[in-house]
Amino acid sequence: MTTLTLSKALNAGLRRALEDDPKVLIMGEDVGKLGGVFRVTDGLQKDFGEDRVIDTPLAESGIVGTAIGLALRGYRPVCEIQFDGFVFPAVDQIVSQLGKMRYRSRGHVSLPVVIRIPCGGGIGAVEHHSESPEVVFAHTAGLRVVACADPADAFTMIQQSISSDDPVIFFEPKRRYWDKGEVEVASGLAGALPFDRAKVALEGTDVTLLCYGPLVRTCLEAAIAARDDGRSIEVVDLRSLSPLDVDTVCASVRRTGRCVVAHEAPVYAGFGAEIAARVTEQCFYQLEAPVLRAGGFATPYPPSRLEDHYLPDLDRILDAVDRTFGY
Amino acid sequence: MTVEPGGATTTAPIEPPDGLIQLLTPEGERIENPDYPVELTADDIRDMYRDLVLVRRIDTEAISLQRQGELGIWASLLGQEAAQIGSGRALGPNDMVFPTYREHGVAWCRGIDPVKLLELYRGVSHGGWDPKEHKFHLYTIVIGAQTLHATGYAMGIQRDGAVGGDGAEAVVAYFGDGATSQGDVNEAFVWGSVFNAPIVYFCQNNQWAISEPLEKQSRIPLYQRARGFGFPGLRVDGNDVLACYAVTRKALQAARDGQGPTLIEAVTYRMGAHTTTDDPTRYRLASELEVWKLKDPIERVRAYLVRTGQAGPEFFADLDAEAAKVGADLREACRTMPDPPPLTIFDNVYAEPTAILRAEREQYAAYLDTFEGAEHGGEPR
Repeated sequence: MTTLTLSKALNAGLRRALEDDPKVLIMGEDVGKLGGVFRVTDGLQKDFGEDRVIDTPLAESGIVGTAIGLALRGYRPVCEIQFDGFVFPAVDQIVSQLGKMRYRSRGHVSLPVVIRIPCGGGIGAVEHHSESPEVVFAHTAGLRVVACADPADAFTMIQQSISSDDPVIFFEPKRRYWDKGEVEVASGLAGALPFDRAKVALEGTDVTLLCYGPLVRTCLEAAIAARDDGRSIEVVDLRSLSPLDVDTVCASVRRTGRCVVAHEAPVYAGFGAEIAARVTEQCFYQLEAPVLRAGGFATPYPPSRLEDHYLPDLDRILDAVDRTFGY
Repeated sequence: MTVEPGGATTTAPIEPPDGLIQLLTPEGERIENPDYPVELTADDIRDMYRDLVLVRRIDTEAISLQRQGELGIWASLLGQEAAQIGSGRALGPNDMVFPTYREHGVAWCRGIDPVKLLELYRGVSHGGWDPKEHKFHLYTIVIGAQTLHATGYAMGIQRDGAVGGDGAEAVVAYFGDGATSQGDVNEAFVWGSVFNAPIVYFCQNNQWAISEPLEKQSRIPLYQRARGFGFPGLRVDGNDVLACYAVTRKALQAARDGQGPTLIEAVTYRMGAHTTTDDPTRYRLASELEVWKLKDPIERVRAYLVRTGQAGPEFFADLDAEAAKVGADLREACRTMPDPPPLTIFDNVYAEPTAILRAEREQYAAYLDTFEGAEHGGEPR
């Protein structure tokens, strides 16, 4: 076991992937000499060279579009989009090209491309640096969408994503980059939970709290705080939004009878809506209350001095939990 | 010949005044250009002529099939045969092609069965061939998106060490005049340039982006755009199959040799509608078409072959018969093409079907089973 920050765990996972497969490439803005604005790729260009860790021109569509071409040639590119709000210039390449190429080609073409996106708020940033665009991609058939929440998962999930023959949108919780945790660097991927499976992060009996990415830590803290009120919250880290591990989610909800979903993205038409529908369809007779959602408001992301009001924090999540006991 | 100040006589580069590289005039007269030597035998040129005629016949047949309700839509290449056959014939076996949705002539050169092209326009598939097998990527419908794929592929060639020497490879990215306004095409030029990628950007300037003429896209000739990105740009008579062949061959060799990208602007004309749903009489004058008919890409080769005695009546009669057969075969293949089984809708979304996809497939199969005589089946892929 090694203690690493989430950022360093990603770096270790990327390094391992570069070592294991000469076809793995890293590409993006400032990923080379600088090591990325969050230092996730720190030192990789120095060790693997400019042909494999590529500082690209500043154009997101170009990054993803050329990554597709490299994948067609047999490479496994890992693209970094510098911030969530900057992914939109690349959405045609991601949604219309990357996600659909296998289908378009009737299975002749695989595009093993990973797109890393630091996501979410809480760092006091200017506009376009705090967004949570995951549903855009979860709604696109052909893409896998995953989110890591802690250093151990960051290390394994980035490697599993790179090994996948499907394109993967890999969300990294940027305000958790500096969180520390124990990582099994030596043992590698053997025995690691598959990256499309959810995990019960904390067992409980009274209510299931579903979350992913940056809010996993918040939800764990909420669960611990709730113990003082005599509430036992089961926290499930979804980890994969597409495909969704419905079995793990529904198994938990059937045990607890209550379900709350938390995410930073707006509640309206957010991922929680999909979960609420699936849980209602599959756990209807076990539910004691409707599935409730805690999340961002139906507004653009606010100026950072207001983000503490926008982001669902421990108290707002517990408020939603409390409300499920009001039925 | 020009007369320089002082009275000295020099041999000027043999190019029309607007910089258009031309090796065969619309009247079928051969122009030698020392920069673009063409070592083609009479057989080669007859073969090129055959390609031109056959792809036009395929195109004509496809338009008819659309009119008869057999195809949903068709994007005609009428008028652009020389640009496509010339550049397509310049490709080496290892070179990779990234087409738009109108490169039926290039597809022909890469050995794609024209029936596969019809599948897409009939709505039977989104693109049924294996790009690796033919070195010809799938048709791309979003304008300009494929130029980035082409550039990335060329960067892969560099990383494979397949630049320079024997076995070197290059890429051709096709696009039209309208696409030059797209961000992706401009980004592709930036990438191709700064990475010195082995790629030829082949723009068929057919003068029209649906209803918008070239002046809505650019205030300068398109080939001059290359200069701003830092690589050479050339303008070729896109209705001259020999010039398109020679210019593309040279640019491909430069790319394979590590000299980076070239932009080729092939000046041609979309003689038909944008697609079968379009009506060009709403936005352009018939007289414009008449002018371009005089520059027809096929007639000039025929005139050249006849004038030089390289083809006689028997050759043309045989070719007419072959074209008629190609057309009839295509028509038959299209009319008998079955719809795919309904459950194939769920195939090939991911490397392995997800649980949700499997569930949807099973539910839909069960739903179909409620109808009498329903037929479906097959395992999900």
